[in-house]
Amino acid sequence: MAEVAFSDVAKIFADGTRAVSDLTLEGHDGEFMVLVGPSGCGKTTALRMVAGLEEISEGEIRIGDRVVNGVAPRDRDIAMVFQSYALYPHLSVYDNIAFSLRLRKEDKAEIDKRVRDAAKILDLEPLLQRKPRALSGGQRQRVAMGRAIVRQPAAFLMDEPLSNLDAKLRVQMRAEISKLQRDIGVTTIYVTHDQVEAMTMGDRVAVMRKGQLQQVAPPQELYDHPLNIFVGGFIGSPAMNLVEATLERSNGGLIVKLGSRALALDDENVSARPALRSFEGRNVVVGIRPEHLEDPSVARDTPDDRRLTGHVELREALGSELMVHLRIDAKPALTEEVHELAQDAGTTAEQMLGGSQHAVVVGRFSADSSVVEGKDTEVAVDTRSLHFFDPETGLAIYDSNR
Amino acid sequence: MATAQAAVQPRTATPSARLVKFISRAPVHLGLLLVAVIWLVPTVGLAVTSFRPRGDIQASSWWSSLTDWSFTLHNYSEVLNKANMDKAFVNSILITVPSTLLPLVLAAAAAYAFSWISFPFRDTIFLLIVALMVVPVQMALVPLLTLFRDLGISNWFGGIWLAHTAFGLPLGIFLLRNFFIALPRDLIEAARVDGASNLRIFLKVVLPLSVPALASFGIFQFLWVWNDLLMSFIFIQNGDLLPMTVRINQMQTTYGGEWHLLSAGAFLLMIVPLAVFFALQRYFVQGLLAGSVK
Repeated sequence: MAEVAFSDVAKIFADGTRAVSDLTLEGHDGEFMVLVGPSGCGKTTALRMVAGLEEISEGEIRIGDRVVNGVAPRDRDIAMVFQSYALYPHLSVYDNIAFSLRLRKEDKAEIDKRVRDAAKILDLEPLLQRKPRALSGGQRQRVAMGRAIVRQPAAFLMDEPLSNLDAKLRVQMRAEISKLQRDIGVTTIYVTHDQVEAMTMGDRVAVMRKGQLQQVAPPQELYDHPLNIFVGGFIGSPAMNLVEATLERSNGGLIVKLGSRALALDDENVSARPALRSFEGRNVVVGIRPEHLEDPSVARDTPDDRRLTGHVELREALGSELMVHLRIDAKPALTEEVHELAQDAGTTAEQMLGGSQHAVVVGRFSADSSVVEGKDTEVAVDTRSLHFFDPETGLAIYDSNR
Repeated sequence: MATAQAAVQPRTATPSARLVKFISRAPVHLGLLLVAVIWLVPTVGLAVTSFRPRGDIQASSWWSSLTDWSFTLHNYSEVLNKANMDKAFVNSILITVPSTLLPLVLAAAAAYAFSWISFPFRDTIFLLIVALMVVPVQMALVPLLTLFRDLGISNWFGGIWLAHTAFGLPLGIFLLRNFFIALPRDLIEAARVDGASNLRIFLKVVLPLSVPALASFGIFQFLWVWNDLLMSFIFIQNGDLLPMTVRINQMQTTYGGEWHLLSAGAFLLMIVPLAVFFALQRYFVQGLLAGSVK
């Protein structure tokens, strides 16, 4: 067991692409650290540098007290789980798990004991003599885990280990891996593009974009206090609604003008973000999480200056709640980050936000809501939970020191 | 492999549907049968001739024995005793087996390096080796013979082993490298992280997964060496070491026109390649597909 630390690490490929830049990050001893980001953000490259499968172009990677830049993969004392599982197809489950121990010339009885222990933990005991091709996806995944835990390494590296599983199995394995990691307590670096995995599994989550680390924080802090538009939009599902607005002063307080409507901000809201004052009279990007929009017939006592008007374009009933797509009188925020987020979701920013003039926002309404598709409705906004971003820099507006 | 098994599995169809299918495919099957028969006629002729008495061979053509059949094994016993064919058979084996194994081992090791170890000018060197395939054997015969003389291996099998290995390697490296490089990268990297050295990865992961490719190159090389006349003719100077091909060729002059011995000898020569091919044909067909489809 050991910590895994990147300091000023960069990866420049032969063709000049900078896949990772100035990455400084520390996975503490026993911590579950998730690297998350859209495809091509450099998270897998970062992981492969820890494994020794990619050369480190700049900076230093430490595992424990040792700088491993020049150390061969087999001497790094790490175990890796691949997206494709990479099971040896010609070996039985038993031999797959025992492979690394045999290479280390461990005692035969010791190998047998450790393989059986690992198989027991992962419920693989009845399958030990099978070949990988006779296993289901979930079983293969568990064999890949078994191959990692049997080593008792200093760190686990996992490269999107759940992305080949179907949705139901993924949820189950997510919990199993989390529990296993907590039981064994081995430092883990886990790469995924799925923000739900990142949120549910990580002790801390590192969000990457274009080779740059955006923010490292525990999941809840990442969700509540994103440092920029990208993190705000990437974490959370459905995604944060991002619209353009103007900050104005009215009756001594700040208001957010969204098209023809205005939302009033409380003093506590402003005092939590002192830097907001300097944006008075300027454009900002407002981020509203879906759960902070509600049907006013449910949230009855919402005053008029905490409401927007929207046209209900789509109403998706999920049983426990309603996803309501509302076209509101405000421009969507079409910043570079938003374009990139849309691309990652497989669409364009204009499509995602409903054109460039009138934004479509998604609200997570109570199932009791009575909104009707095709009709206009009032929408209650929880203004205490609004997020503000500087449209120039994409940075969140908190304290001026931040 | 899974797809091949699935394809072989009997489909559930009604008898009438199967009949329709059989009839609609009949022209194709008849055509293929015809080609196969035409292809086989010379070999069958050779086989029939080898079992006919000497007098019959000189008196009538082989197809007349289809109606008037007189069978004898005398030709075979004569060729084995008189022409030293039993000794030549052993020599053929002694030449062919090392000349197959040596290039197989070297080509596999080189192909691994060309696919999974990075070193400067790797791809350029690989291209150069592949380009060597166009060098004709004939061009190198004389210089090689001089070289083997100087090394003192021309009176022994050493020379012919080296010559066959050298000329077999380019094709072997080319075939095996293309197979190895198609193995999943994750697998090699997993072994690397698991603690395997290049030698271990080669022995424990790459070789077991490449049996079809190894088998097909092995068969190619075996057949080529077994049937080779030219190289043995040039490089084997010691009369006791001559393989079957050279012996059979010599019979034409020594016993000019003795077809009963020639046909029996030629048929003996064919037995081993046929046995090898049938034993390994499963891998052979698989190997040819495996390289191209993947």
